[in-house]
Amino acid sequence: MSAPLLEIRNVSKRFVRRLDLAGKIASRLGAGVSEETVHAVDNVSFSIAKGEVVGLVGESGCGKSTLGRVVAGIHKPTEGQVFFEGQDVAALTGARKREATLAIQMIFQDPFASLNPRMRVEDIIGEAPVYHGLTTRAGAASYVDEIMTKVGLDPSLKKRYPHQFSGGQRQRIGIARALAVKPKFLVCDEAIAALDVSIQAQVINLFMDLREEFDLTYLFISHDLSVVEHIADRVVIMYLGRVVESAGTENVFERPVHPYTSALLAEAPRLDQRKRAFVPIKGEIPSPLEPPHGCHFHPRCPHAVPECSADPPALETVRTDHVAACHLRGRFV
Amino acid sequence: MSKTLEVSGLKTHFFMRAGVAKAVDGVDFSIGPGEVMGLVGESGSGKSITGFSIIGLIDPPGRIVEGSIRFKGAEIANAPEETLRTLRGNRIAMIFQDPMMTLNPVLRVDTQMIEALQAHKKIGRHDAWTKARDTLGLVGIPAPDERMRAYPHQLSGGMRQRVAIATAFLNEPDLIIADEPTTALDVTIQGQIIHEAQELCRRSGASLIWITHDLAVVAGIADHISVMYAGRIVEQGDIDDVIDRPAHPYTVGLLGSVPTANNRGQKLYQIRGMAPNILALPTGCAFKERCPRRSPDCETSPEATTRGEKIYRCHHPHLEAVEA
Repeated sequence: MSAPLLEIRNVSKRFVRRLDLAGKIASRLGAGVSEETVHAVDNVSFSIAKGEVVGLVGESGCGKSTLGRVVAGIHKPTEGQVFFEGQDVAALTGARKREATLAIQMIFQDPFASLNPRMRVEDIIGEAPVYHGLTTRAGAASYVDEIMTKVGLDPSLKKRYPHQFSGGQRQRIGIARALAVKPKFLVCDEAIAALDVSIQAQVINLFMDLREEFDLTYLFISHDLSVVEHIADRVVIMYLGRVVESAGTENVFERPVHPYTSALLAEAPRLDQRKRAFVPIKGEIPSPLEPPHGCHFHPRCPHAVPECSADPPALETVRTDHVAACHLRGRFV
Repeated sequence: MSKTLEVSGLKTHFFMRAGVAKAVDGVDFSIGPGEVMGLVGESGSGKSITGFSIIGLIDPPGRIVEGSIRFKGAEIANAPEETLRTLRGNRIAMIFQDPMMTLNPVLRVDTQMIEALQAHKKIGRHDAWTKARDTLGLVGIPAPDERMRAYPHQLSGGMRQRVAIATAFLNEPDLIIADEPTTALDVTIQGQIIHEAQELCRRSGASLIWITHDLAVVAGIADHISVMYAGRIVEQGDIDDVIDRPAHPYTVGLLGSVPTANNRGQKLYQIRGMAPNILALPTGCAFKERCPRRSPDCETSPEATTRGEKIYRCHHPHLEAVEA
C-alpha cells in the first residue's frame, strides 16, 4: 500500500463553553456553576490512502462532522495532528500551506445554506480559482464552463443565482465550487442527505465518475449505511467521539465485531426485508457533556460485562485491516 | 370486511396567482383495519397533501375540488369543521415529521396529553393523567412519571416524537396518518419508533398510512404500497409484488436508485432529469420526459389498469415482470 494521502493522529477536539461575567461571579460565590466541555472528538486516529473512499458513519452527535471539519482545516484540533502527504498541516507555512489547504475541499450537507444567495453561480465557482491564480480573470469564463459541464450543469445557466436552481443542481454547484481549485481530497459531509431518492442516485454516480476522472480521494461522512456500503472502500464507525470499529467495507458489513456496528446494521431498513419486526436497541445516545465511564456504548450494549463500565477499550486488530474497540472482541457473536 | 378508509378520485388543488397547482390529482386507495399502507413519493409528489386532505387540514388557497374520502362509510371530504373536530385526534390521528408541529412548546407534556383526552371524552383529570402516563410507557419512554412534567424542549428529538406518537394513540384511533415520522431521526431511534408504531397498531387494530420517501422503511413495515408521482398514484399493490415485480418505469427507476448490497461499487440506475413543476405539468403522462419507454402514446394520460392485485398507470408497463 502506498503512503497515506491523509493521516490523522490522536486527534481530539473539545469545545468549551466559557463562563460569562455573571457565571464567574456566581462561581466565586460558590453557586456550583462551572465551564462545560464537550468532547466532540476523542483521540481519533486513522489514515486514508490515495484514491480510497473512506466512509465515516455515526449517529447525530457522534463527532463525525467535527472530525470532517478538522480534516478540512475548518477547525483546529485541540490535540493531535493532521498529516497531508506526510506533512503536518499545522506546521506548514506560506505556499506549502496554501497548497495543502487548497488540496482538501469540503462539500456540505445543505445545498441551500452553503451557497451565497447574492452571488451568481459563475462567481461562486470562479472566485477561488481566479484568486489563487489557477486561471486568469479573462480565462475564468471558459474555466467555469468546463467545470460546470463536468458536474452536469448547463454552462448557459451560470449567470443565475442559487435560488433559481433545484436542490440537486445546487449540490452540483457546491461540488463544482470544490473542484474548481483542483483538490486531491474531498470531505463530503452528508452531501446527499438532503436530496430526493432519484437525485441521490445521480449525485452518487457523479461522485464515482469524478473520482475516476480526477483521481480523487474521499472522506464520505454519512449516517446512511446503505449509501456508505455502496460507495466506500473502507468504513470507520464512530460513537460519541470515539472510533469503535474500522475495516474494509466487506468486513464491516459481513463480519462486524463491535455490538454497536451490529446494532446499526440490524436497525437499518433494507429493501429485501419485508414486514420485518424491528428489534430496537434500547436507550439513546448519552449527552456528550457527560459521557459514560469506560466504553461509551456500555449503557445500551446488550452484551455489557462489568469490565465495560470500568475501562475504555482500546482499538485492537481483529484481523487484517480490521480494528475494533470492544472488550469482548466479538466473543458475543 | 369493511374498509376503514376509502379514497376515490381525490383531487386537491391550490389556486395561486401563478396558476393552479394540482398537488393531488385523482388519487384512489383504500385501507382496511389493521393494515399498513406505505405512501411513497419524492418531494412535491403530493403524498403529504393526500394525508392532509384526509384529516381536513387543507387551507386556502388549497381545497378538495373533487372526489370522496369515506371514513368507516361516512363521507368526510369537505365535511363541516365540527364533524372534523370530533374525528381529528380522536378517530383519525396524525403524526408529523417534526414533533414540534404537534407539541406546544410552552405547555408541559401532561397538560397537552390530558387536554387531548378531555377534548373528546368525559374523563376525570386524574384518570386522564393515568391514561396519558400509561400511554407514554407504551411507546417506550423511560420514567414516564417524570416525563409527564417535562416541557418539550427538555426532551430529545426521539423522545419528542414518542410523545407525539403517544398523543396520537391516546384516544385509540381507527386510522393513523404518519407523515415522514422518522426522517429526522437517527437509525437506532428510527428502529425504535417503527417498532413502537408496529406494536401499537397490531395491538389496537388501527390502520396506518406511512408517508415517506424511503422505500427501505416501507419495505420493512407495510402490507401495501402506493407510489405517487406528480399528484397521482402511478402504481399500487401488495408490497412484495410492487418491490419485486415493479410495472411502472418510475417505480423501476426508484428501486434501481436505492443502493443495496447487490450493487456495491456499481453505478446506480438513475432517473433522468428531475420532477416536473407542478404548476406546469406536461400533457399526457407526467413522467414521459424522464421515461426510457416513452412513445407517442404517452401524449395521452394513461388510465389506471388493474392486473391481478396490482394497479398501475402506464402505457408501456414492465409487463414481463407482472406476468411472471
